[in-house]
Amino acid sequence: MIEILKTGLYDTIQDNGRMGWQEFGVPISGVMDRYSATLANSILGNSNYAAVLESVVVGPHLKFNQDTVICIAGADMSVVLNERALKTNTVYQVLKGDILKFGTCKYGCRSYLAVLGGFQTEIQMGSRSMYKGVTADYKLFKGDMLSISKISNNVSNSYSAVKIDKTHFETQQLEVFIGPEFDKLDNNTQHKLLHTKFTISKDSNRMAYQFDDIIENELKDGITSLVLPGTVQLTPSGKLIVLMRDCQTTGGYPRVLQLTEKSINNLGQQFIGNKISFKCLYW
Amino acid sequence: MGFELTYRRFSERSILVEWPQEIDEYILKDVLLFKNSLLSFNGKLILQINSAYNSLLIIYGITIDNVNDEILTLKAHYLERNIVKKMTTKLFKIPVCYDEEFGLDLIEISEAKQLSIPEIIQRHSKPIYTVFFIGFLPGFLYLGGLDEHLHFPRKKSPRLDVKKGAVAIGGEQTGIYPNASPGGWNIIGNSPIDLFLPHKKEPCFAKAGDKIQFVPISKLEYDDVVFQMKQGSYNLESDVIDD
Repeated sequence: MIEILKTGLYDTIQDNGRMGWQEFGVPISGVMDRYSATLANSILGNSNYAAVLESVVVGPHLKFNQDTVICIAGADMSVVLNERALKTNTVYQVLKGDILKFGTCKYGCRSYLAVLGGFQTEIQMGSRSMYKGVTADYKLFKGDMLSISKISNNVSNSYSAVKIDKTHFETQQLEVFIGPEFDKLDNNTQHKLLHTKFTISKDSNRMAYQFDDIIENELKDGITSLVLPGTVQLTPSGKLIVLMRDCQTTGGYPRVLQLTEKSINNLGQQFIGNKISFKCLYW
Repeated sequence: MGFELTYRRFSERSILVEWPQEIDEYILKDVLLFKNSLLSFNGKLILQINSAYNSLLIIYGITIDNVNDEILTLKAHYLERNIVKKMTTKLFKIPVCYDEEFGLDLIEISEAKQLSIPEIIQRHSKPIYTVFFIGFLPGFLYLGGLDEHLHFPRKKSPRLDVKKGAVAIGGEQTGIYPNASPGGWNIIGNSPIDLFLPHKKEPCFAKAGDKIQFVPISKLEYDDVVFQMKQGSYNLESDVIDD
């Protein structure tokens, strides 16, 4: 078991999400940055589907009530194990009674804590990803006890960190494809959409990212249609909404762009106030 | 034979198929026939298929290498959509209590529309509604067939805590909130039944294409259904319809 001593800003258990249930209106959910979560799992030798703890900007304080092996990937939040500073992308052995604290965020904004064998928390519809109305809780709270796998034999520390490409956290250009309603925009608006530097607004979360900037347009709402994580909607008032992992399965706003899988991961590491722009790829 | 469809790549792993931009039962039937045909022929490559009023989103397990080849395959399946096994359609009778305690906006609608409350209830519970798809929230049914006299604009500012089971009208649509949530629709009643049970193999009793009818019940009957739901002894009334 792992005990939550103190929560961060928004801590959840996530895996690769809930595919196959969208016809019942259930969001896909899952880790915001699949690249980093997969990295943490791979370094430990876990399956890519193993559940991890996702935190954003401010992470939690945890107490381990059993021995295990961990790896942290994604944002570097100056994590300390007891008093010792930990590196990201590195395997560490943890002993019963150890305390892990997330600190100041140095780069990126979402961090992934993987444990050997993965978190063994509540599973609903084939996934442990937390979502309101699907799992009992939508996020972690102080005092929560999280089940993890038992380890059978001692695993030795390997202190060598896997080197990663930092551009994953720094890129301000998101690769996109044009969306179904892109062609309905006039040339001028299309140009603006692809050449504006947008500032990420405070209304950004696991469901969607929004920007402070406005793209004026004449598009009308359509009949409610289908969307996916990465779909960029343009509202009649000119707001852009980039749908993320917890997005609804349907929506009525015109879909002007679609982020690539890689760009969804990139955006998941960008925080309020950061600037991004779209770079159009063609099929 | 059939509708003029457009096919386009949506993301690395998905293709969007679109029908004419109308809300229409014939289109819904065609959308669902195509979905059914794809599920029965091409199960391995396709991870899942989502449907809405006039579109299908076909999601593949891997990146689509040659989208034109895949679109040709899809088009061939569209032509075969009528030869697959028929889907069974069900009619569900959903109990709704329209008492003042639940119908928070009944008086407002009654005054604005010059309709008595019994008349609103009668017009709301008379039609047989069609489930077009499930979206917005897990278990939220998009229903077609609301009486024009009951069309009523959404609230200017949404309520922060609409109760689970609230039966409501939003514009030209009516629906039931499967769980407590913020919401801007006008509330006219409440249904005691569960619309979404995540631990069940079939988390919603209804699927796209099924039919719904609302059955008015008293507060006493409402409490009885709540009790039966808790005991696990409640059986939702349904008939198989053949059309």
